[in-house]
Amino acid sequence: MKTLFKQTALAAMIGLSTPALASLAYVSNEKDNTLSIIDTETQEVVDTIDVGARPRGILLSKDHSKLYICASDDDTVQVLDLATRKIVDTLPSGEDPEQFALHPNDKHLYIANEDDAIVTVVDVSNKDVLAQIDVGIEPEGMAVSPDGKWAVNTSETTSMLHWINTETFEIEKNIVVGQRPRHVEFSKDSKIAWASAEIGGTVHIIDVDNLEQIHEMSFKVPGVNQDRVQPVGIELTSDGKYAFVALGPSNHVAVVDAETYEVLDYLLVGARVWQLDLDKDEKHLYTTNGVSGDVSVIDVEDLKVIKSIKVGRYPWGVVIDPSS
Amino acid sequence: MSFLSRTATATLITLACSAPIQAESLEVSIGYLQWVPDQGPVLSNVLPEPEDAGLRGAELAISDNSTTGKFLGQTYSLNSEVADSEEAAIAAFEAMRQDGTELFVVNAPAGTLNTMMARAGDNTLVFNAGAKDDALRTGQCHSNLLHTMPSYSMLTDALGQWLNQRRWNEVFLITGPTEADKGWADAFRRSAQRFGLEIVEDKPWTFEADLRRTASKELPLFTQGSDYDAVVVADVRGDFGEYVPFNTWLPRPVVGTQGMSPVTWHRVVESWGAAQLQSRFRDLAGRDMNSEDYAAWAAIRSIGTSVTALSNANPGEIRNFLFSDKFQLAAFKGRKLTFRNWNGQLRQPIPLVHPRGLVARAPFEGFLHPESKMDTLGFDRPESDCRIND
Repeated sequence: MKTLFKQTALAAMIGLSTPALASLAYVSNEKDNTLSIIDTETQEVVDTIDVGARPRGILLSKDHSKLYICASDDDTVQVLDLATRKIVDTLPSGEDPEQFALHPNDKHLYIANEDDAIVTVVDVSNKDVLAQIDVGIEPEGMAVSPDGKWAVNTSETTSMLHWINTETFEIEKNIVVGQRPRHVEFSKDSKIAWASAEIGGTVHIIDVDNLEQIHEMSFKVPGVNQDRVQPVGIELTSDGKYAFVALGPSNHVAVVDAETYEVLDYLLVGARVWQLDLDKDEKHLYTTNGVSGDVSVIDVEDLKVIKSIKVGRYPWGVVIDPSS
Repeated sequence: MSFLSRTATATLITLACSAPIQAESLEVSIGYLQWVPDQGPVLSNVLPEPEDAGLRGAELAISDNSTTGKFLGQTYSLNSEVADSEEAAIAAFEAMRQDGTELFVVNAPAGTLNTMMARAGDNTLVFNAGAKDDALRTGQCHSNLLHTMPSYSMLTDALGQWLNQRRWNEVFLITGPTEADKGWADAFRRSAQRFGLEIVEDKPWTFEADLRRTASKELPLFTQGSDYDAVVVADVRGDFGEYVPFNTWLPRPVVGTQGMSPVTWHRVVESWGAAQLQSRFRDLAGRDMNSEDYAAWAAIRSIGTSVTALSNANPGEIRNFLFSDKFQLAAFKGRKLTFRNWNGQLRQPIPLVHPRGLVARAPFEGFLHPESKMDTLGFDRPESDCRIND
């Protein structure tokens, strides 16, 4: 009842005060089945809403009106209407969806089905399943290049990047990388892809034109045992200056020069840092820290951690809505 | 997934998945041999152990390897034999070798393994996925034998570290009558010394009564002692140990082979992606994955990881790769696993579990090692006579 009241009250507030609210960050709490909503101006949690079981990957529709949520244990992708904060729809997702990526056409959603070793492509406009593509074991990371040409899936136990042609839905290339690849991030111009390998402890830089690795990065966090340096989430600034790499149980985020691939600094955040997102004007970076159950806020200009915000249990994904 | 029928999925896959496959194809055949001697009648036979423990883990790993292999033109097959005697296990080993199998996973006692290794040639690589005997890691060394099953001392060191960091330093040890019980207890005594624990009582189990009727009467008397922080049970086959918890003279926790146990694997392990491995296994076997399954799985995944990197299945090259710094096994234990180059043991964290939950995971913070913290578990290089790579 309490949550219901809060939600109604907040919805009313939003109704009254739009667009005075600052941009909002959404955090999926894997073990609480909730979403925490953070006001990025006050950097405080303003609402917590119930979603499906084991929410992990989350992403925004291109018009920022909807949030898609992988509800892994419900075997579905939920559609959250951001204005009302209500689940308005579900999409056929295949089993155990973990991460997904939306094509720039705002229609084709590529979903990694971790338990089934497939990638499901769903048209979100009419819920048609367009393809199910066989990939390696435990498909996890999903990314679509900004130019829409490639969808890339990482399969954790197969340790490969599968490059899917978005027109034919066929795999055109498999690149073996370090053990347990988790995440792929494209540069804004779609020329470079960054892929993290959690157990390998590496980040692989792929030249997209030739589909070849051009560089392999490793990390050494002072005072932290090498086994605990486990790259997961990657976030790039749009000016091409920095790459931020979440290093898992080393509890640090690496700051990387995105041109020279040199590590500039390691920033101490919460325990087992997983995913990252930049806010509207790229002044702050938000990180989800799975084990400590909080979100760290990094000042991008000063490269300093300025705040930690308590959220739910095992925060997994974070997405900041630039328009809210 | 209710709305997408399996048939629809299959059709779509045929349409959508025609990943270009590298021209050269490679067939990798792996032998799995299991011989688990009869444990004799046990008192605690309420929940029997699965008879296919190990085999199903091997099958899952073959399927995992094949999924990866299909993108590289590599196929994997398992030739398995669950033998009912030592002779039959050795005969099957010989027969498979004659047929050209060079890679083996063996879930059998140390004696059987020693016999097999004495007969195996240079071109045979064997993974021990069953025997926990410390002797195989300290003195009876075979250069082509690797161990994915942790040794007794790795398990008891995990327990010893945990007792130390809980400051439960005084323990009451109960040891069963079998060789395995003695092996486990000897390993624990060594761990106690390493981690500053005092064994205030060290009593062999001699009772022969049926404890299901009389545990509450007999065990309190058996565990009388001045004081202790915990009771440690060494009952590997699960004869009497299940009746020790809640029946001790003093209100103390029970740890060891029963109560809270150090294990290779258990269904309660779910972090680091383990939930996915657990559900894959349940889909395949219709039961939970246990330590034997995990050890066999890790062995065949080690082979698969090497073959992916090498593009061939030559046992000598696989062996070299496994000991090189290029090898790392992602095995759902939160860190990369590698093989100790002195005795071929797979380094690995050890979960401490009770039947329905994970308590902790060794190695613990504060137990330091210059090379790898995982080497604080089990016989470290200076403590072992094995030098299989020197």
